[in-house]
Amino acid sequence: MEEAGQYPYPAVACIDALKIVQHHRGWVSDDSVKDIAQLLEISNEDVDGVATFYSRIYRKPVGRNVILICDSISCMIMGYESMYEYISLKLGIHFGETTNDGRFTLLPNSCLGDCDHAPAMMVNNDHYNKLTFEKIDELLSNYK
Amino acid sequence: MSLEIMIVKIRIDGKYYETKLGKNLLEACLELGLNIPHFCYHPALGSVGACRLCAVKRFKDADDKKGHIIMSCMEPVTEGMIISIEDADASAIRAAVIEGVMTNHPHDCPVCDEGGECHLQDMTVMAGHNYRRFDFKKRTYKDQDLGSFINHEMNRCIQCYRCMRFYRDYVGGKDLNAFAAHNYVYFGRHENGALESEFSGNLVEVCPTGVFTDKTLKKHFTRKWDLSNAPSVCVHCSVGCNTIVSERYDSLRRIMSRYNGAVNGYFICDRGRFGYEFVNDEKRIRNPKIRINKNEKQEEVSENNLILTSLTESFSKDKKIIGIGSPRASLESNYSLLSLVGQENFYHGISKREYNLTKTALDFLRSSSVKTPSLKQIEKADVVFILGEDITNTAPMTALAVRQAVRNKPKAAATEKGIPLWNEYPIRNYTQDSKSPVFIATAIKDRLDDIAEKTFRGSNADIAGLGIAVGSLLNDEASTLKLSSNDQQELAEKIALSLKNAKHPLIITGVNCGDEEILHAALNISIALRKNNPEAMLSIALPECNSMGLAMLPGKPLDEAISIASNEIIDTLVILENDLYRRTTKESVDVLFEKSKQVIVLDHLINKTSQDVDIVIPVSTFAESEGTLINNEGRAQRYYKAINNKDEVKESWRWIGDLIKLRNNDQSIPWNNFDELVSSLVNELPAFSKLKEYMPDADFRMYNAKIPRQSLRYSGRTAMNANIAVSEQKVAEDNDSPLAFSMEGQGEQPPSSLVPFYWTPGWNSVQASNNYLDELNGSLKGGDPGIRLVESNGENKSSYFKIDSHTVDLQKNELLIVPAYSIFGSEELSSAGEAIKQRIPEPFVYLCEKDADIFEFKDNDMITIEIAKSKIELKVIIENSLKQGVAVVSVNLPGMPFIDLPASGIFSKM
Repeated sequence: MEEAGQYPYPAVACIDALKIVQHHRGWVSDDSVKDIAQLLEISNEDVDGVATFYSRIYRKPVGRNVILICDSISCMIMGYESMYEYISLKLGIHFGETTNDGRFTLLPNSCLGDCDHAPAMMVNNDHYNKLTFEKIDELLSNYK
Repeated sequence: MSLEIMIVKIRIDGKYYETKLGKNLLEACLELGLNIPHFCYHPALGSVGACRLCAVKRFKDADDKKGHIIMSCMEPVTEGMIISIEDADASAIRAAVIEGVMTNHPHDCPVCDEGGECHLQDMTVMAGHNYRRFDFKKRTYKDQDLGSFINHEMNRCIQCYRCMRFYRDYVGGKDLNAFAAHNYVYFGRHENGALESEFSGNLVEVCPTGVFTDKTLKKHFTRKWDLSNAPSVCVHCSVGCNTIVSERYDSLRRIMSRYNGAVNGYFICDRGRFGYEFVNDEKRIRNPKIRINKNEKQEEVSENNLILTSLTESFSKDKKIIGIGSPRASLESNYSLLSLVGQENFYHGISKREYNLTKTALDFLRSSSVKTPSLKQIEKADVVFILGEDITNTAPMTALAVRQAVRNKPKAAATEKGIPLWNEYPIRNYTQDSKSPVFIATAIKDRLDDIAEKTFRGSNADIAGLGIAVGSLLNDEASTLKLSSNDQQELAEKIALSLKNAKHPLIITGVNCGDEEILHAALNISIALRKNNPEAMLSIALPECNSMGLAMLPGKPLDEAISIASNEIIDTLVILENDLYRRTTKESVDVLFEKSKQVIVLDHLINKTSQDVDIVIPVSTFAESEGTLINNEGRAQRYYKAINNKDEVKESWRWIGDLIKLRNNDQSIPWNNFDELVSSLVNELPAFSKLKEYMPDADFRMYNAKIPRQSLRYSGRTAMNANIAVSEQKVAEDNDSPLAFSMEGQGEQPPSSLVPFYWTPGWNSVQASNNYLDELNGSLKGGDPGIRLVESNGENKSSYFKIDSHTVDLQKNELLIVPAYSIFGSEELSSAGEAIKQRIPEPFVYLCEKDADIFEFKDNDMITIEIAKSKIELKVIIENSLKQGVAVVSVNLPGMPFIDLPASGIFSKM
């Protein structure tokens, strides 16, 4: 509500509302979409249109940690595919899937803006570049 | 600007053409009959330049041989512009756009409902893309259940965004949206559920492919080319939208919108589109029924002569026969009943309240010089004031026209900035949320509130009071009233000022709200406005499709027939297409039936009235007969039959013709066909004299041929009756119209009033209608069909109505009750259809929280209300927009008894 009050139209606070919900719940459920719509006095469809447009608003449950591997052109040249296969094999999940223990969700991401240090990826809000298999082993162990 | 300057010459592929300045190139080319493929452009929705299909080449001057590609929908026409449609580069781009679109489009045309009338199919052929090279997986979606009207099949989507622009921008719907991004864009709802908008059915026509299709058609699917069609007029409200009705195997398959530049334009409402299913209903009366004794059951008679023979005695000259007409029957059927019983015995078949209000409306429209706008003119209004009438539910297309009117002021501002009117997004960007003012005064929240500048909620007396105050501010001669509340006085002053400064002010009210004070207040405002502004407009919503036509015929209200019945015996009572239990109380109808020796009902469906009378005569619906309806602006429009009558079903006027023959005891039938009937009507009643000149007679021919109802490709004629007889049967004759039940005839476009379907070479989809217009969004070639019978006389002599406001003293446990109409449910015929049934609400009452607390009612409680001694049970819905002391009760829903509203009622728990 505080966020909504900052704008001339409450509808403008839609993205903020989605981020707040996702921050607390990890993802945005159908019920949350309805709650936000009611709060901001716009239709469920208006909220969901925004929520589904942004790839980093999750409309399905995700694991405790979300891995985003950059699949853009520079990373592709610099070997993103082998990094993906390595992580996929290591965690036993493909893109869009979550490990059985709910620890990791693996998603593609187009361009993290780190082309000069490709291949790059993100885990939650932490950025990693110049990836190697060893580096991946080490960094993933930090996320429980 | 003089007219000469408006005309510009352009050169297209070496030939010179003339068009008007202010159009875009695509529009101009389509009007000239030149085919440019396009997707996202729709005449009513404007240009956005999104799909890139309408690419053409433009040359700087005669020396420019290379040229450059432009999107024709985004290019204003200019004097001397040189373009090429056939240019190889432009053609290659168009083919490439189609190929791109096709990468995700399934090749499911044979099982797609849109096949054969698909804009995408047409464009693919027109753009010349033949072979697919895309060799990968296509993206697929899950579809949604969008309710009983519309089928959803997202895989076919080509992301043209037309649905969004129609549903959200044009109609103001909120519950359809675009989801996700890039290759996964999805158009649908947040979750399964019926689309809320009253105009959602137009998506079927707006969608260029098979994403949104007609679910009611799916139940008895027929390809467009196999349908037998007729031009028709919607029978489900007083607006009179034009429709195309389509038949196959003697059943009505679907209704589409028929373009009329003055009335509905490209669109119709969902009640009009999906309300047709009653025609095929199993409750249809197909054979006459008779009961010898009042206590016996009705028996079906398969021979109609038998019925007529049995009636010989009761129709002899010395018997007293009373006729009750109907506002849902055609002018001709009502007139034939009038001829049978004579003026002194003809009753209108509507309540006294409705009769008086409709008469007031008609008299005013005839005598005053205030303009009665067509829907097209309503769209041009720049200030709108709505009093008491819930037009979204009683005259839906009027509400859609008002939604367009709010864009006039911002559009004018954008035009000043040099943005052409067709350039949709820049206009929306520039004008943002600014709107022409709309003021709405109703008892409860209104569907149009989202476009209103100010809304006012109160009792009918409050609404009338506001109206009177506005009227007196506009002109001192009108009865003066200073409102007690400062807020209300301020609002009245604001409305009066807006109306005064407007170029095209519009007052909208209606008969459905049932309040004479409100009607008079609205009329007074329009008189006051007219004194200073000849463009002042007044639109009055009427209850039914032919309320106006009935009001124009001589006759008395139903209540008078009932008072006659309580004093003397009636030999025979003839009821035309009317369920009297919807018109007056059960007790009154019972008196009428008891005092009548014989009751005859002519109707389509078994209803409360027709199931309990001596003789039932099966009559045709609008889809099986010719007839004229007069809409709320006094426009007479004719509908034609799409289905040939079968069994013993005949037109009402034909049955009544037979009865007149009995009555006169001679061999001559008063009319042998529809034209003779109309001639008789015109000769007897001069108010209808214009009718004869308006429509081509049945002997109208084009190149010695009748106009075919069927397309050239119509299939199966030789085989469709093979189960009955192997040899091909003779084509049914139609002596009542210039249309033929055949595909034979010549291919030229018939006169605008007789167009049975839209098709031109290359255009199988509804977009073919563009080729039937003089100008896109303009009139049909040869003028829009229909003729105004009620026209003001030009002099402004009307005097103000004296309004006596009477306050009602409420007793304990009493509240004031005003009626609430439901687009789905409050109209009799459409409510019989399966698709509509699923959208009909349970009978309800709206109460504000304070009132509910007093009575200790909660949301969804079932309660009892006693109105004028009759009790009804209703579900409570708490709605805080209501003023305390006012309740809003649903009316005319199936199963509900007649209640005469507004009135006061006693509330109690069940």
